[in-house]
Amino acid sequence: MTISREDIEKVAVLARIRVDDEQVSALEKDLGNILDLVDQLGAADTDSVEPMAHPLNAVQRLRADEVTETNQREAFQAIAPATENGLYLVPRVIE
Amino acid sequence: MHNKSVAELSRELESGQVSSVELTQEFLDRIKREDSKYNSFITVTEEQALADARVADEQRAAGNATPWTGVPFAHKDIFCTNGVRTTCGSKMLENFVPPYDATVTANFRQAGAVCLGKTNMDEFAMGSSNENSFFGAVTNPWGLNEGNKRVPGGSSGGSAAAVAARLVPAATATDTGGSIRQPAALCGVTGLKPTYGRVSRYGMIAFASSLDQGGTIARSAEDNALMLNVMAGFDPKDSTSIDREVPDYTATLNEPLKGLKIGLPKEYFSDQLSPAMEQQVRNAVAEYEKLGATVKEVSLPNAKLAIAAYYVIAPAEASANLSRFDGVRYGYRCEDPKDLMDLYTRSRAEGFGAEVKRRILVGTYALSAGYFDAYYLKAQKVRRLIQQDFINAFKEVDVLMSPTTPSPAFIQGEKTSDPVTMYLEDVFTIAINLAGVPAMSVPAGFVDGLPVGLQIIGDYFSEARLLNAAHQFQQVTDWHQREPQ
Amino acid sequence: MQWDIVIGLEIHVQLATKTKIFSGSSTAYGAEPNTQANAVDLAMPGTLPVPNEQAFRYAVMFGLAVNAEIERRSVFERKNYFYPDLPKGYQTTQLERPIVGPGYVDIDLPNGETKRVRIHHAHLEEDAGKSLHEDFHGMTGVDLNRAGTPLIEVVTEPDMNNAEEAVAFAKKLHSIVTSLGICDGDMSQGSMRFDVNISLKPKGSDTLGTRTETKNLNSFRFMEQAIAHEVERQMDVLEDGGSIVQETRLYNGDRDESRSMRTKEEANDYRYFPCPDLLPVEIDDSFIEEARNSLPELPDARKARFMEQYGLNDYDAGLLSGDSKLATFFEEAASQGKDAKLVANWIQGDFSARLNAEEKSVADSPISGAQLGDLVVRIADNTISSAGAKKVFEALWSGENDSVDAIIDAKGLKQVSDTGALEAMVDEVLAGMPDQVAQYQNEEDPKKRKKMLGGFMGPLMKASKGQGNPKLFNEILVRKLGG
Repeated sequence: MTISREDIEKVAVLARIRVDDEQVSALEKDLGNILDLVDQLGAADTDSVEPMAHPLNAVQRLRADEVTETNQREAFQAIAPATENGLYLVPRVIE
Repeated sequence: MHNKSVAELSRELESGQVSSVELTQEFLDRIKREDSKYNSFITVTEEQALADARVADEQRAAGNATPWTGVPFAHKDIFCTNGVRTTCGSKMLENFVPPYDATVTANFRQAGAVCLGKTNMDEFAMGSSNENSFFGAVTNPWGLNEGNKRVPGGSSGGSAAAVAARLVPAATATDTGGSIRQPAALCGVTGLKPTYGRVSRYGMIAFASSLDQGGTIARSAEDNALMLNVMAGFDPKDSTSIDREVPDYTATLNEPLKGLKIGLPKEYFSDQLSPAMEQQVRNAVAEYEKLGATVKEVSLPNAKLAIAAYYVIAPAEASANLSRFDGVRYGYRCEDPKDLMDLYTRSRAEGFGAEVKRRILVGTYALSAGYFDAYYLKAQKVRRLIQQDFINAFKEVDVLMSPTTPSPAFIQGEKTSDPVTMYLEDVFTIAINLAGVPAMSVPAGFVDGLPVGLQIIGDYFSEARLLNAAHQFQQVTDWHQREPQ
Repeated sequence: MQWDIVIGLEIHVQLATKTKIFSGSSTAYGAEPNTQANAVDLAMPGTLPVPNEQAFRYAVMFGLAVNAEIERRSVFERKNYFYPDLPKGYQTTQLERPIVGPGYVDIDLPNGETKRVRIHHAHLEEDAGKSLHEDFHGMTGVDLNRAGTPLIEVVTEPDMNNAEEAVAFAKKLHSIVTSLGICDGDMSQGSMRFDVNISLKPKGSDTLGTRTETKNLNSFRFMEQAIAHEVERQMDVLEDGGSIVQETRLYNGDRDESRSMRTKEEANDYRYFPCPDLLPVEIDDSFIEEARNSLPELPDARKARFMEQYGLNDYDAGLLSGDSKLATFFEEAASQGKDAKLVANWIQGDFSARLNAEEKSVADSPISGAQLGDLVVRIADNTISSAGAKKVFEALWSGENDSVDAIIDAKGLKQVSDTGALEAMVDEVLAGMPDQVAQYQNEEDPKKRKKMLGGFMGPLMKASKGQGNPKLFNEILVRKLGG
């Protein structure tokens, strides 16, 4: 299966990864090869097969509603790229 | 001293023949002297290690020791370590110092083990050669004498190379599609990927959540058992961790193998395997027969679809798991973003390497509107067929044996031009992750002076039996004792 | 052209759990920014979610309250998109297998009719953080305290046909979740947020028109205005021969204007898939039965009981049962005496007027239900007149004294109801007003006579120093003047 330049550009926007024009050509080839590999799946007969999301047939455990966390803002914001007054800063967001 | 096993070092610490400070210093010196050849460490924590060693010696003196108290080891740089840089092999996390521990990290801390540093790896555990690390490729200690730099395998290549080169007696690792077993095989050491859910994933930076599993690399099966004793167990912080009793994995190492039923999946002895490799694996199986095991051929009919299913499921999960690396709260942020879109797209384009970006894009594509059913849902269905193959096989036999890899360690750069060629490296290991069963790689001979790994696959939660089988093999063979020159 | 309006609602209800849906961080409102955002909430590498049992309990209670099926095996999915207030780059939500299946809510319309609004489903999900757009050198600040607060998103069928119905539904839902105690209902703090889907179709047509979604309305008034605004906008577009674009719109209540939120960057493609960090949640019968047993009385049942137990009419019962705090207040007041109707009148009259004037809710009322009940008892047994009652009410409100009887004594508001004393006063007053008496007795028209009676009341009240019971004075007067 081939993947078009347009698809690559669309997917790159969805994934928020900047892709330059020259990279698109390389990606066309690499992603095309990967999708060729993946296309083998089409051969499998999976008509009555339930999709499998987890290796183990287990069910979710639920947690009691008790506060277990304390304020660690200082430690977390010490490793942040940009903060002010306890807030994380990003370029202005226009809603 | 550096040739001794964890079990031996533990005994010597206990008897007082050596102190943890002495041991730690010796291994730190080796790393300083030798690692420029391998690049197996991203970060060495000398001061912290020596401080921990002093505490360990005090604990030994006070009689509060576990088998691990004072024993040096290393963590794959995917496990978060409180106060110590955790990079996951990525520029994205080049300066990331987590203020928290992974559960695995905390377990080793609790046991008194002395961490010497963080080992190199393929970026975000994506790779089979350790050539995808932002911190440089790792070189396999084997084959260096011929003048060829060979890959150690990946993604836990740093852990496997460091153990093979005797820079540490043991190192943690993770395995999403073969990332413990393949490097263990290529570096001539012993590695174990436990059952999915056996070891907590909390604080282990996620690649593909339903496939990732933390595990062990050491030289002997016995040392792997000692590691798993520390790592395994239920963790309330990981919803996919299983609440099930943890046996003492060393207690059953010496069980006799008489009557052990071994299955050889015919699909894993195909033409992908060189005759020389196959011979080594068959010789190993013959050793098991001498130990009283019986052998029969079995079939995993859907095994051939494993790589295809994996390269949908793993990238799909990764595409979402890696969205948190957005340059907002931690990690790499591009210079002077002009707006929010620029902040995202440039931080991620500059912070991630080529293979990581490829997989994010493939995963995004597979999940996008119009492709979800044909790729993601189809792959999940094939995943169930693959799991069913294993369930059926374990109705007939106790363990499966196969080669771990189709060929021994290859030369750096040999497979980097086409990602798919690299993906085929994991042809014998990937199905195991899709099914979620445990498997080991055990040194089983050499081809052209390079190590060959025997893969032993078990039913769910049969780690004790796998370790027992590997240990018994290592009582009658010395492949795991061989040292690279 | 005549148009039919079709409205569906999506309502985000913040659950009143102590901790977040996937972490043990507090959800308390109003903390310093990012002091309640911990490793899991910040999506630190390697961290993992563990769901909160209480969020499931609340969701199940909600499902039972809206007559819905409870999904025994629900699954969390990841909804992928990038936004600074969404730390993981995906929202953990439920798409294919939501916890609450189809149900319904009956709403009372102003014309006295009842209408059934169907609920498509309700699912559990996590809230996002907040972006603060005040100026930080041209940057936006992000506070992630709210990130991970549990929400149920309630999705209705497009069963409402005007703003009144939509608001009636919204109020009913507010009444249900606050009665259940699963949401504090504080709309000013964003505890309930409404998205309104609106489309128009030619009157009588079976085909639905293209809809728009107006997002994040956080008051009933704004919701009503936004619907009116959007209906008008769509009507204008359609009648000018244009077509409606399916889009999300943002309504500014202060300016009564709306605008499109479409971004040109991309069409949304959320790439939902099951969250591999979480397992399917199985809810068993005992969990559902426990939830059922913990259900408090719901607004519909309470209304029926108010009609039955207190003899209230449909309107009064509906009004007093809707808000659980108001209902409790009413019952405290009504339990003091026998005249529940009079209690209802007082709550809807002076009491509500006073709350509104001071922008207070029932919870902040300085008067307790029991006090208002005491006051009504004294009105009903003729101890005080209605004028006196207003004085007592004022004294209670201002906190002058907290005992109704003490206030009556202190202010001398007790009415004279001794018939002998009152008769003597009437005789004396009538003796002093012979002309008016003759005029009254010569008047044929009963209406005019009734009016003329008032002329005697002034002097009588004066004679009794304002303490004569006006009702008794009236009876005596009519008798003495001869019908």
